[in-house]
Amino acid sequence: METLLQQIVNGLVVGSVYALVALGYTMVYGILGLINFAHGDVLMVGALVSLQVVLFVQKTWPALGAFPTLLIALVSAMAVCMAMGYIIERTAYRRLRNAPRLAPLITAIGVSFLLQTLAMIIWGRNYHSFPQLIDTTPLQPIAGVFITPVQIIILLSSACLMTGLILLVTRTKLGRAMRATAENHRVASLMGVDTNKIIATTFVLGSALAAIAGVMFSTNYGVAHYAMGFIPGIKAFTAAVLGGIGNLGGAMVGGIVLGLVESIGAGYLGSMTDLCNLPVWAQTANLQETCSNGGSFELLSSNYQDIFAFVILGIVLIFRPTGLMGERVSDRA
Amino acid sequence: MKHTLIALAVLGVTSGLAQAQEVVKIGHVGPLTGNIAHLGKDNENGARLAIEEYNAKGVTIGGKKVTFQLVGEDDAADPKTGNIVAQRLVDAGVKGVVGHLNSGTTIPASRIYNQAGVPMISPSSTNVTLTNQGFATVFRTMANDAQQGSVIGKYAATKIGKTVAIIDDRTAYGQGLADEVDKAVKAAGGRVSSREFTNNQATDFLAILTKIKSQKPDVIVYTGMDAQGGPMLKQVKQLGITAKFVTGDGGCTPEFIKLAGTAISDAAFCTQAGLPLDQIADKTFKDRFKKRFGADVQIYAPYSYDAAAAIIEGMKAANSSDPAKYLPFLKKVDFQGVTGEVAFDAKGDTKYGAITMYQFKDGAWVALK
Repeated sequence: METLLQQIVNGLVVGSVYALVALGYTMVYGILGLINFAHGDVLMVGALVSLQVVLFVQKTWPALGAFPTLLIALVSAMAVCMAMGYIIERTAYRRLRNAPRLAPLITAIGVSFLLQTLAMIIWGRNYHSFPQLIDTTPLQPIAGVFITPVQIIILLSSACLMTGLILLVTRTKLGRAMRATAENHRVASLMGVDTNKIIATTFVLGSALAAIAGVMFSTNYGVAHYAMGFIPGIKAFTAAVLGGIGNLGGAMVGGIVLGLVESIGAGYLGSMTDLCNLPVWAQTANLQETCSNGGSFELLSSNYQDIFAFVILGIVLIFRPTGLMGERVSDRA
Repeated sequence: MKHTLIALAVLGVTSGLAQAQEVVKIGHVGPLTGNIAHLGKDNENGARLAIEEYNAKGVTIGGKKVTFQLVGEDDAADPKTGNIVAQRLVDAGVKGVVGHLNSGTTIPASRIYNQAGVPMISPSSTNVTLTNQGFATVFRTMANDAQQGSVIGKYAATKIGKTVAIIDDRTAYGQGLADEVDKAVKAAGGRVSSREFTNNQATDFLAILTKIKSQKPDVIVYTGMDAQGGPMLKQVKQLGITAKFVTGDGGCTPEFIKLAGTAISDAAFCTQAGLPLDQIADKTFKDRFKKRFGADVQIYAPYSYDAAAAIIEGMKAANSSDPAKYLPFLKKVDFQGVTGEVAFDAKGDTKYGAITMYQFKDGAWVALK
């Protein structure tokens, strides 16, 4: 039981980082119908910029506490990423807005390579260890479940950010403009919405979320690296599709579900397919010797954890082609 | 007649001067991008230092002064890319290759070099299969995984525990080493509580570690690279797991220690195929390397140095840089390299492969006797 609870906590933490990144994918897709593959690399830039700032602050004002240092780093990373998001949209995507869909997609992959290579030139190829500002030693275990302060902060702040974003999109004038642009940006512009500005804002917002996710990622795992954006990027994209791309709530649900599925899949796939747990099978397959002394014969093991996640994605898409929550796919922001 | 000879000799000298020197290209392949690019650069720098030092000393082959040139290629630790760059090196006419770094890329590429008859010496691919393919052109300068795995397995199952959980990164290297560890643990009377798997891009291991925790092993063995190993050890502590942590040569780096941060303690061990840096034969290597590249040796730079040196020594012995001509001599080289004596057995494995076990103490990996 405590193992299951621990796996759920693990899954929730990973899932909420996926969800934050997935929001960036889904917002851009909702408005432009574009998959911004450079989004994962924005996360990487956020992490590396914050690392740089943390090191600088620690050197210049060593007396400053851990939280102020991290806050300064977070704000600067967000600022850099927001500026970068704006520049990417302005230079790489805006001119291709009416081009065939393939063109901006390829451009997005190009931007992703560009960002990675630039980061490699600036920060080198090495893994950087991210200073441990917040304690990653576990707190007193509750019901056998270990959780670290960093993980708690990640859970709480992503919940706040997601609520904030939903409120922004559903309750504010900006949000209404975003929804209008997503619906039809020509008509929206006829109604007096400055669609260029709204689209740029969407990129800026998404980049800010990616920057935050990057800082979370680095503080949690203690690493930053120029290629670190790829995996969370691809996972978050999967989460966005799982939840229904273009749908904000879907991205959040998709992220959390993906995190949980991965964690529980990796943890239980082995014992679920362990032939030693099925005496009948074990006998027919002559496994007594392997199974004796607490041995196991696992058909599928953590080897298949990623496949597990994608099988779930496949099943969901077969029965709900628009994802878990996507009903009118590209209509929403 | 005499005059023509002199004329020819003069011509020879002048044309020799005009061409300056004969250039012999030696290839190097390792990942220069991607998440173990730091190790690829380490290997490349080792080979580069060897070539520069031989050039500075001056090498004469077949009566001509020869300048060696390093042709560095990036395989991104990806087998497909590895094959493409291997073919590119062969087409570029390299006379020998130092590399590749990962067993996963070296094994498929070794076929290409073998077909082209180009000798290839890996300074870091430890997978057993590499030298078991029966290719005459394949060599390596450090011990293989059968030796390394048996040391890890025996140590884990007898010295520091009894029940062992093994995690590998599903690369040819990680998988091969994990299999050897598995065998050795069982042979030493220990028990393997579970075999878990991750991949060489992952950063989150909490799920598999939570599963391992429920089985309460004494030791966790991770066969993979430092880029995953460091963060993994951190997560081991995060979950309050008290098992000892052992990693193979891929994690036996200063980088691992940096990445593990405060999570690392004297419960962490690693092995290296080869001798510790302060025990290798050439005591000044470390400083020469640092002076030239401004970076510390990660793991296999000295072995990469010796791989390049072996190619050059083979050429010197054969008095030819033609691969077909110097290959028989390369098989017989026996010289004092920076790591110690360098010589190969019939399969191309090193004759003097050592395995060193390290324990973490006072901020560094300290070799155990």
